[in-house]
Amino acid sequence: MTAVSPTPAAASLADWSCPLPLRDYPSIVMGHGGGGQLSAELVEHLFRPAFGGSDPAPLTDSAVLTLSGARIAYSTDSFVIKPLVFPGGTIGSLAVHGTINDLAMSGAMPVALSAGFILEEGLPMELLARIVNDMGAAARAAGVRIVTGDTKVVERGKGDGIYINTSGIGVVGAEVHIAPSRARAGDVVLVSGTIGDHGMAIMSQREGLEFETTIESDSAALHTLVAALLAAVPDVHVLRDPTRGGVASSLNEIAADAGVGIEVNEEHVPVRGPVRAACELLGLDPFFVANEGKLLAIVPPEAADQALAALRAHPLGSEAAIIGRVVREHPGMLVGRTGIGARRVITMQIGEQLPRIC
Amino acid sequence: MKYLTEFRDGAIAQRLAAEIRQITTKPWAIMEVCGGQTHSILRNGIDQLLPPEIELIHGPGCPVCVTPLEMIDKALAIAALPDVIFCSFGDMLRVPGSDRDLFRVKSEGGDVRIVYSPLDAVALARQHPTRQVVFFGIGFETTAPANAMAVHMAKREGLTNFSMLVSHVLVPPAIDAIMNAPANRVQAFLAAGHVCSVMGFWQYPPLATRHRVPIVITGFEPLDVLDGILRTVRQLEAGEHRVENAYERVVTFDGNLPAQQLLDEVFAESDRAWRGIGVIPRSGWRLSDAYADFDAEHRFDVRDITTVESARCRAGEVLQGAIKPTDCAAFGAECTPRTPLGATMVSTEGACAAYFNYGRVVQLERVRV
Repeated sequence: MTAVSPTPAAASLADWSCPLPLRDYPSIVMGHGGGGQLSAELVEHLFRPAFGGSDPAPLTDSAVLTLSGARIAYSTDSFVIKPLVFPGGTIGSLAVHGTINDLAMSGAMPVALSAGFILEEGLPMELLARIVNDMGAAARAAGVRIVTGDTKVVERGKGDGIYINTSGIGVVGAEVHIAPSRARAGDVVLVSGTIGDHGMAIMSQREGLEFETTIESDSAALHTLVAALLAAVPDVHVLRDPTRGGVASSLNEIAADAGVGIEVNEEHVPVRGPVRAACELLGLDPFFVANEGKLLAIVPPEAADQALAALRAHPLGSEAAIIGRVVREHPGMLVGRTGIGARRVITMQIGEQLPRIC
Repeated sequence: MKYLTEFRDGAIAQRLAAEIRQITTKPWAIMEVCGGQTHSILRNGIDQLLPPEIELIHGPGCPVCVTPLEMIDKALAIAALPDVIFCSFGDMLRVPGSDRDLFRVKSEGGDVRIVYSPLDAVALARQHPTRQVVFFGIGFETTAPANAMAVHMAKREGLTNFSMLVSHVLVPPAIDAIMNAPANRVQAFLAAGHVCSVMGFWQYPPLATRHRVPIVITGFEPLDVLDGILRTVRQLEAGEHRVENAYERVVTFDGNLPAQQLLDEVFAESDRAWRGIGVIPRSGWRLSDAYADFDAEHRFDVRDITTVESARCRAGEVLQGAIKPTDCAAFGAECTPRTPLGATMVSTEGACAAYFNYGRVVQLERVRV
């Protein structure tokens, strides 16, 4: 390995960053929804050209619009998970938390949500009641109202019980400017707590994979944590909730958007013991596993300690940690410092993370 | 985690690496046989701690990489059948066949399922008596006992709707073939620890003697791999060629005898094609005559499917250590992890995918200089 001839590898980089549009799949495969490269290509090569027109605005999880002088964040998310009920939540609470968090990551204080239901014929009324009660409870706890909605029913066999879409709006303060492109060399990267909890909680319940565990989803609304962080450090550069594709995908996207490198110290990234063990067992990497109640924050170096203290003072950030920094080197790449003091490139996954055979 | 974190200690890793650097006086090419070891080397950056004289050659021990294209095409044909539930380990789903992969078959309506154990596939056969459940039985000696057990149970229970598409390969014949290849550069082997946990290591002393090559049974954690390399370099520098067991907490000389007994009953040795390498005599297992009814190749009559590999892909030479991935004209051009020509570019432990990602670090180091 040490004698790699560097020239051909360097020549390959252009191909890596700009693959031809959707060239090897004539129809949708599961990986297009995995939050990795295939998802990104779908947005880049199909959605953006179709929707974009002349406006170069990025199609991010949440948009900030200026309406009559007010800055309004707007976001939408669909929830198509199995199982519908999992340790630590249901599809209902997840649908509320997910959209609140998308809004919060632009620095917005969420105000109102919509709820769209696609129900499958035969869904037990009791289960639906549990899910919507859970939604209501999550929204009330977050201080956000569900103000409009829609219900459709599809034939038995044409859906997985229930799909939920939520959209939301929120208000962004005039002084808040959070965007991935604001990551600067020297900035410090923080995570608000342990990673991989949600993905492994779901995985532990999936058909054919059931394993006994105490892992619970971290599903939570993060807007009050964001508010506490912004109160302490108004100049937060980037916020991101590392959901599908995990911390690895989020940091790769930020590195690409800002044209910077990011380096993380793998040993500093908090991972709960049972999550680490389950990942070992299944051949998965916690860096790629989904979270639903964690945020990544990138802040100027002089504000790092204040940011860490503000996160740790909040119940949802008590295990927050500084995990890395933004660097000028290797733009567009995420590099991990491994436990034995070497380095590895952590690439974005292509589709879904696949369990390895051995 | 007990028995895991102890073998990832950064300070001890640095000490082992320093010792390797200290005793190395000449260039040595060492092949780690198993894909799991390759994964650990790259995941932890172990190669970066080694002196420039030591070259690690990624061997043919990634089952995903060596399963022949023809077998993938047979899997795709079976998986597309309407009454079939096709079960596979996860990372086989993205391996390209001639014109598509299992993900594509799934998107077109095929019932393709990821399972963690072949016994899950047997359970599916019990639950769905009107459908044919097929398990894609690939891998080395490590995965073989569970696969054998699945077929054994299906026979005992009289499950007529379970079968297995078998493409099992064996490590010792591969080592023999690599050492016999005229272009061989490999001077020592890290043998695959988990293969030896099943088979023991009684098969290896004749190989070490015949080819005058050190073979060190090696584990998978960073300290295991570094210890394996250290012992290998010691032998190489001293001109020795012994079999050493550096994975004593798991591997014994005899191995797992009940597992070997079951393997003897369910499987029979056969010639096997290795993707990119070609046929190696007596290098694999097929179902034995007593279990022939459970052979998916017979049940679905896919024996006529024959496939030729892309002439552009030189994965075979890579797997034998004859060339580096970067020597292949397709590498990084039409062949990338996103659009792989061969399986070595698919799996994260495939040599080409590893070089592709690692090559990006090489570029980064040059930027720093």
